[in-house]
Amino acid sequence: MAGTESRLFDITFLDMLACQESPVHRLDARAKVLTTFIFVVVVASFDKYAVVSLLPLFLFPLVLVVQARLPYGFLGKRLLLVAPFALMVGAFNPLLDQQTQLLLGTFAVTGGWLSFLSILLRFTLTVGMALVLIAVTSFPGICNAIDKLGAPRVFALQLLFLYRYIFVLGEEARRMVRARSLRSFHGRGNGLKVYGALLTQLLWRTIERAQRVHKAMLSRGFVGTVPLLQMKRFTWQDGAFVGLWCGFFIAVRILSGSAELQVWVAELLK
Amino acid sequence: MSHHLVEVNELRYTYPDGTQALAGVDFRITHGEAVAIVGANGAGKSTLLQHLNGYLWPSSGQVRVGDYALTKQNLQDARRSVGMVFQDPDDQLFMPTVREDVAFGPLNLGLSEEDALQRVTTALRQVGALHLQDRPPHRLSSGEKRAVAIATVLAMSPDVLVLDEPSTGLDPKSRRQLIDWLAGYRHTKIIASHDLDLVLDLCQRTIVLSAGKVLADGPTREVFQDQKLLEQSRLERPLRLQGCPVCSLASS
Repeated sequence: MAGTESRLFDITFLDMLACQESPVHRLDARAKVLTTFIFVVVVASFDKYAVVSLLPLFLFPLVLVVQARLPYGFLGKRLLLVAPFALMVGAFNPLLDQQTQLLLGTFAVTGGWLSFLSILLRFTLTVGMALVLIAVTSFPGICNAIDKLGAPRVFALQLLFLYRYIFVLGEEARRMVRARSLRSFHGRGNGLKVYGALLTQLLWRTIERAQRVHKAMLSRGFVGTVPLLQMKRFTWQDGAFVGLWCGFFIAVRILSGSAELQVWVAELLK
Repeated sequence: MSHHLVEVNELRYTYPDGTQALAGVDFRITHGEAVAIVGANGAGKSTLLQHLNGYLWPSSGQVRVGDYALTKQNLQDARRSVGMVFQDPDDQLFMPTVREDVAFGPLNLGLSEEDALQRVTTALRQVGALHLQDRPPHRLSSGEKRAVAIATVLAMSPDVLVLDEPSTGLDPKSRRQLIDWLAGYRHTKIIASHDLDLVLDLCQRTIVLSAGKVLADGPTREVFQDQKLLEQSRLERPLRLQGCPVCSLASS
């Protein structure tokens, strides 16, 4: 349960970072969400062996981290925590794809190693950017933004309620687990059967709470739609942020495809 | 027409599993009254409160809010005029920030965003919680959550304020602040509580429920002096009305 707790702490900490003041924090949430979305699409669109051509894209998260004065130690640690997933995804590539793709002097680099490296870079870029986005926008800010950008309202609401009640539910689960461990001795009382009972309890409590929340909503005039407050106006600075960064991503993507650049990079590596 | 009136006639309610929670409850609460509803666990307090703005519909009998009997047609109106503060503020504060939560009701009433935000400011200032408006509810203390939960209801300008166990989980200082605030609130109040000292501070009138019936309905001090009645309804005299053990030892 300690793991779950620290995850919840992470969200809280990211939200605290989101309350800070900086030029990046002041930008409209829609601008940041939209730019991040395009960033992720561009990162995903690269060739599977792309390594060097991905590097310029690091400029985007790095500039945001510096401008927003985010603690890179914290972000780095979070990235490392989820890194095993990316390692698992790419771990077999070097074994499966042994065709030489690149010669670094006399050293032959196989396609497998290149694609493995590429996966790790993409992972760092996308997951890192997701963390940065929450830290400069806040989770509710992102939900509001996707609602205003035209995503179905129910989708934004699901996320908002998830965010609101995950702490309450986490606290309940923590209390239950603590109560169980206080009465479990010599490994007895820790079995799967007990876990099943705990989960059932948690589900029941959740359903009951959902009913009470629904009552609370009804008592304040809820008739099926949840009103969300308007966001501040989209300014020219927001527009410039989206335009310039997206222009940069697309330029990097187009240039990476050009044969001349590849030859130039290959020369450089030799 | 006065919305400030709540009347319950021969109210009966049986849960789907057959448990009879209310077995013929009658009372009438008029403008400006502060009334406590007390009783043992399972006496029917919560079930009664849930009838006051139509979460539950009586098996028989009637609830009147203002001059009209509560029906499905005037339900929205009744829900606006009877503001309910829940026992667990976590149930009541469901939006991501305090401001959005307090604005939820006014926006549902059809107010413009500007007017709704005006109400948010007024309501939060009233309970001394204006500085919390940008905070997410899960990061508030119990006392702050309670204050904000009351503000969410005040923002709808209710005529009657109903509170279910308002002092649960509060530290003594927060409890005292809540009592002071409620004492200054002049509209009709209905408070269900086990905190009989709070009741003594705030309510001139007390209704004692026992097994789904009204066992007593009268001036709070009189009710709390009736030892037999208190025992019968599994209650205890408020601490302030009990002799002080230290002082009485000293004098003897």
